[in-house]
Amino acid sequence: MSMTVDEKKAQNAALIAEVLKAYPEKTAKKRAKHLNVHEEGKPDCGVKSNIKSLPGVMTIRGCAYAGSKGVVWGPIKDMIHISHGPVGCGQYSWAARRNYYIGVTGVDTFVTMQFTSDFQEKDIVFGGDKKLEVIMDEIQQLFPLNKGISVQSECPIGLIGDDIEAVSKKKSKEYGGHTIVPVRCEGFRGVSQSLGHHIANDAIRDWVFEGTTKKEREFVSTPYDVAIIGDYNIGGDAWSSRILLEEMGLRVIAQWSGDGTIAELENTPKAKLNVLHCYRSMNYISRHMEEKYGIPWVEYNFFGPSKIEESLREIASHFDDRIKENAEKVIAKYKPLMQAVIDKYRPRLEGKKVMLFVGGLRPRHVIGAYEDLGMEVVGTGYEFGHNDDYQRTTHYVKDGTLIYDDVTGYEFEKFVEKVKPDLVGSGIKEKYVFQKMGVPFRQMHSWDYSGPYHGYDGFAIFARDMDMAISSPIWGLSRAPWKK
Amino acid sequence: MPQSADKILDHEHLFREPEYQDLLKNKKEQFEYNHPDAKIQEIVEWTKTEDYKEKNFAREALTVNPAKACQPLGAVYVANGFHKTLSFVHGSQGCVAYYRSHFSRHFKEPTSCVSSSMTEDAAVFGGLNNMIDGLANSYNLYKPDMIAVSTTCMAEVIGDDLNAFIKTSKDKGSVPMEFDVPFAHTPAFVGSHITGYDNALLGILRHFWDGKADTAPKLERQPNDAINFIFGFDGFVVGNMKEMKRILDMFEIDYNIICDPSETWNTPTDGEFRMYEGGTTKETVERALHSKATVIFQEFCCERTAKFIADHGQEVVLLNSPIGVAGTDKFLMEISRLTGKPIPAELEKERGQLVDAMADSQAHLHGKRYAMYGDPDMMLGLTEFLLELGAEPVHILATNGEKEWAAKVQQVLDASPYGGGCKVYPKRDLWHMRSLLYTEPVDFLIGNTYGKYLERDTGTPLIRMVFPIFDRHHYHRYPIWGYEGGLRVLVMLLDEFFESIDTNTIVPGKTDYSYDIIR
Repeated sequence: MSMTVDEKKAQNAALIAEVLKAYPEKTAKKRAKHLNVHEEGKPDCGVKSNIKSLPGVMTIRGCAYAGSKGVVWGPIKDMIHISHGPVGCGQYSWAARRNYYIGVTGVDTFVTMQFTSDFQEKDIVFGGDKKLEVIMDEIQQLFPLNKGISVQSECPIGLIGDDIEAVSKKKSKEYGGHTIVPVRCEGFRGVSQSLGHHIANDAIRDWVFEGTTKKEREFVSTPYDVAIIGDYNIGGDAWSSRILLEEMGLRVIAQWSGDGTIAELENTPKAKLNVLHCYRSMNYISRHMEEKYGIPWVEYNFFGPSKIEESLREIASHFDDRIKENAEKVIAKYKPLMQAVIDKYRPRLEGKKVMLFVGGLRPRHVIGAYEDLGMEVVGTGYEFGHNDDYQRTTHYVKDGTLIYDDVTGYEFEKFVEKVKPDLVGSGIKEKYVFQKMGVPFRQMHSWDYSGPYHGYDGFAIFARDMDMAISSPIWGLSRAPWKK
Repeated sequence: MPQSADKILDHEHLFREPEYQDLLKNKKEQFEYNHPDAKIQEIVEWTKTEDYKEKNFAREALTVNPAKACQPLGAVYVANGFHKTLSFVHGSQGCVAYYRSHFSRHFKEPTSCVSSSMTEDAAVFGGLNNMIDGLANSYNLYKPDMIAVSTTCMAEVIGDDLNAFIKTSKDKGSVPMEFDVPFAHTPAFVGSHITGYDNALLGILRHFWDGKADTAPKLERQPNDAINFIFGFDGFVVGNMKEMKRILDMFEIDYNIICDPSETWNTPTDGEFRMYEGGTTKETVERALHSKATVIFQEFCCERTAKFIADHGQEVVLLNSPIGVAGTDKFLMEISRLTGKPIPAELEKERGQLVDAMADSQAHLHGKRYAMYGDPDMMLGLTEFLLELGAEPVHILATNGEKEWAAKVQQVLDASPYGGGCKVYPKRDLWHMRSLLYTEPVDFLIGNTYGKYLERDTGTPLIRMVFPIFDRHHYHRYPIWGYEGGLRVLVMLLDEFFESIDTNTIVPGKTDYSYDIIR
């Protein structure tokens, strides 16, 4: 029954053409550039990306503030991140991303709190700089153990001409060189979360690495120091990754930024190698550290045993034979566990089709994990990827895979309706749409409140979760038996 | 190796394994450069003191853990309450992603809404083109009967004029000239989500009653005997609306519900995704002009709307999210007064059943001290109910409550012998509440999901009865209004009480003499 690749390609191409018919002509022309059927051998997936979303189409994307506060800065646990502007942005993103951390919240750590300047009309009219100064005083008084403050700009800040840089400098000086970082991540900047990542990276460069507030600490480097870059410790991902690097004999001196501290960020330039998981959100700072401090960086993928194995070897290749041997030992140690997980779940999942639509790295990174379970990813796309993401994706996807960049609500619904995957992996806004349609679903941003999914320990959970989504008896009940 | 294929450990167990405990300990000791434990403990203790509370309450600028959201959230709620209506928020697109996520996390349902996706160029030149293209795209793609437009703070700061933009869009053919596009300016820096509810609802009523932004004749009011009901922003809308309709049907009166999102957020899983379901129709909105009176169930959600309706010649009855016996009595008596219909015997019986249940259980709740926070009307309703149970609502807090609200709560407290030691806190947040729970402890806390952080820090058991509830499922499917709803609230209060007394008496051979089998 299975289609040939050519048949699949023709079917997908027809599907794209059909979906585009619903749009006004001008919009259809623009959207056509974001949809494609992957051709093996091409350097990328043949779609345009990182372009403005079209108004009114129901994009799934967020904004620069979400990329900065929500992704990069928010998880840094011993700093206070002010959502600067009206109350909403901080409220909707409050503790929603599951960036796990250890600490006494409200005393020495602050990740799951909502600090906001709660802008009122008078702040818009007269400017919010004075209020920001008072806020910083109040933070210093009530939260004396905070190791720094960041100002996460919401839309109005850039529009009303506030000078948060001046306020930050002034207050930093006043508080003895306290780390205070202004971030210009207003939501209207750029086309998605992506620019927010970039702005946040640049703010770390300018105000943490280059700033006048950097704390020099006694730190003795070793030849085995690495930093985990671009792991937000969702459901504990960074921990189940860190454990493998440590088992290899490496010393993880920093986590960026899940369960991370400002001290770890400041010490990162002393690393021998930066290992980068989410390329999209933290390639900027990795490149900077390479140029400025000569630290090489390597991308890795800790989803599923095949990719973990490859990645452990790749990371080890930057070190001496002892580390390389250790990597082999780690791989060997976990082999029986991985085999047991695969033996348990693969028979139930073999041949199941998956469609993905996620953020930074997952539209490609998780494909290997699904394949380890015998599943096939038949469609994928990025919420805010750039062309370099789509280039990297070619190493993962099969010929004829349906590709959709910045997919709209309408397109995604129609694609799933026609392709009929056995599982969709996307976000909370999509989850219930597809479940109503009777299609099993897993949130692939928050791990649907499960996880970790990274590392060997995480893969066991991943496999169990995918099985329970697909094999749930619920899906057999969605049609009443008297309906034909 | 902690993980195994036979017994897969989830995060809450995995990281307690020795391998991970070592990892976390080493990370802390070698790389985090945290303050000494003694210092941390000192500050922990300090945050529990009167001194800290004083400084905390002296805050003028910083808000920490507020219990309110911004205006457009309320506007999206309103749009969802109208038949085949697409919510269109003009401004930055990230906001819309947030509103949709927020509602979906609470209701566990899809929430459709589009953005005009304004970016830097729109910040400079205005968002007219975004409106023109956005309306055309959403009209063609999602085939709504109506598009309800609201704004993010970005569009408000740059001063986009919705009325003019929508007119221009129609001139450019984005949507047909006669297509209904009601609108409301909903700046996030004014009020909260309940203000947005008010403005958006007013926008829709004004559109249909007052000549569709000068494109149609104003409707002429021809008074009839129907009654309108507006229920306000309600996290329990799925359960409450069903209960309210049941009650109104029992009265056998002619009524219109204005804004009913209860079906949009309660569609079946049967193989079909319904983007639109239920909701108030345009015809109902137009008919509602002629009604004799409008009952507004949550006054502080509808301040401008109430005035608008009154100005159109209707009697407006304002309630404050009545919960419990007396509140429901008042609601029913108002309906009876307005319509001349007697209160149905069946409801009178339900009343007796609620009183019966309260009588059975009152000994367990009498004198219990509660802290609570949430939207202003909800706080009033709960205050009344707690007082009629003989419980004490000691701390009553609303981040989006103003002075007028506080005065109204104070009146309720003053009228009860149990209100003496209770205090109202307008415009305060959950970090204020944290100080209160340390310095003036209570038995229970009523709040939303974020109250769990207060429960963790202060040990005050949390009863989830306030929007949003993300970490418990399906509460919103059951009513808290009407006598039936009162029963549900009673059970929630009792469950938490019984759970806590069992937890406190569960140690074998130590405390379990009180681990009673009959309570």
